Amino acid sequence: MELDSLYQEVILDHYKKPHHKGLPTGEIQVHHVNPNCGDEITLSLAIRDGKVEDLVWDGVGCSISQASASIMSELVSGKTVAEAQVALKEFTEMMQSKGNFLGNEEILEDAVALAGVSKFPARVKCALLGWMAFKDAAIQNGAEL
Amino acid sequence: MKSTLDVAAIKSDFPIFRKPMRGGKRLVFLDSGATSQKPIQVMDAERHFYSTQNAAVHRGSYYLAEQASEAYEGARASVAQFLQVKSEEIIFTKSATESLNLLAVSFERSNGGLGIKAGDEIVVSELEHHANLLPWQQLAKRTGAVLKWFEMNPDGSLDLSRIDEVITPKCKVVAITHQSNVLGSVPNLGPIIDAAHAVGAVFVLDSCQSVPHQPINIKELDIDFLTFSGHKALGPTGIGVLWGRAELLDLMEPFLYGGSMIETVTMTDATWAPSPKRFEAGVPNMAQAVGLAAALDYLSTVGLANIHSWEMQLTEYALKGLQAIDGVSVVGPQGLANRGGVISFTVDGLHPHDVGQVMDQYGVAVRTGHHCAWPLIRKLGLTGTTRASFYLYNDFSDVDVLLESVQGARDYFRKR
Repeated sequence: MELDSLYQEVILDHYKKPHHKGLPTGEIQVHHVNPNCGDEITLSLAIRDGKVEDLVWDGVGCSISQASASIMSELVSGKTVAEAQVALKEFTEMMQSKGNFLGNEEILEDAVALAGVSKFPARVKCALLGWMAFKDAAIQNGAEL
Repeated sequence: MKSTLDVAAIKSDFPIFRKPMRGGKRLVFLDSGATSQKPIQVMDAERHFYSTQNAAVHRGSYYLAEQASEAYEGARASVAQFLQVKSEEIIFTKSATESLNLLAVSFERSNGGLGIKAGDEIVVSELEHHANLLPWQQLAKRTGAVLKWFEMNPDGSLDLSRIDEVITPKCKVVAITHQSNVLGSVPNLGPIIDAAHAVGAVFVLDSCQSVPHQPINIKELDIDFLTFSGHKALGPTGIGVLWGRAELLDLMEPFLYGGSMIETVTMTDATWAPSPKRFEAGVPNMAQAVGLAAALDYLSTVGLANIHSWEMQLTEYALKGLQAIDGVSVVGPQGLANRGGVISFTVDGLHPHDVGQVMDQYGVAVRTGHHCAWPLIRKLGLTGTTRASFYLYNDFSDVDVLLESVQGARDYFRKR
């Protein structure tokens, strides 16, 4: 079923038990919304010694947006800003590929499970919501992305 | 009286139903609240205009320009007849959204009774679509007027218990929907319209969700302005209607400035043409106006009373079916009283986007999210709903697929 390529097991796992989800406590908090559907995310993080740390997010939204935020936070936490940037670029490219680019698992880890989302144009923004919030927060914390 | 529509015959007029959806499924289109599908008669009317009558209206002295002007003004006359009003009271806009913005901006610029200034009050309701909230909200911000509103009860009706506090002698405009685009609920407008007129305010009816689906009697409603969009009424996109009482339109300043809307122009000043031209700057959406007239003809031939009766039968069947599914909650009115053919619902533990995504696998087209009525959704304590809306090309088998797909959505996530 085409639907199973969208709702991979790993996505539903992250949706049911999201990682790094809680009340963001950082001084700089970014708030992103998807105005088409009302999905919202608040996120904060710290950059220490060039590494992404203390990433916490909270939000409401569909399984894709919530799972993607969870997978992203797991992936970039503890990574250097440069590594996170590579992952962000890889993920964005995958999302814009309309199903033609499945992503490098060594870079994206669990996030390759979201490759199927790119075949559903209406859902791409859901998947990108958390990643764009991360990018914004990293830049506001002085990272050069 | 219960009417039965010959849906098979109606469907055959709509080419889109021949297009297979994902996985080869037939289209079960339950999103007419967002936009309607178009019959071939509407497409033919536009093609006929472009093929035989196309020229800029109200300008050239040549044969084709006369033909175009006649077709465009004929469309205006058709809309006027459909609404049982005078032709010069019908203003073509690009959408209902533009109609409402036209009113808000014109009131801001107008002097006298209709003019909005600091301290005046504007009244809306929590049921409003963003298109009938933001023009008034922003008008209030620009002018220093005060925006007030009727609150919504959990069943989708309006709380009128403090009507005298909401509508006071400072009130200049009351703008409310005829039917909620989210819940399908129909507010009790009679007392509101009376209260508005008692303090000398004008009443604006957003009838996007009603005019395409039921007979409307403007005289009986006793309203001052009415707006609807063509594309929700089987018509083309890019055409909307604003109706206003002639004596009020005469007092109003223009919205857009440009060609066609003037009486005289010098380098430093201008005077305005009478309505409707005053409000139709530039070459208008001519083919779309002609297409809308064809759409209203189509609706009149089937009969608005028949369409409404049919939609309510489908709604009753769908309501009962949805209410019987474990884990599904209908939001808003639970029965047929004070509602139209729009149903919002939620599925326990599931986000509407995910519900809609699974329903799509069954060929079902529904709207998910906040439906451009974010304050209403917040008031209900929700992040969104899934909405099914019915029209003349739907039948009971469509409702069966709807129910099957909703169960399918619930079960898809339950078992995994």
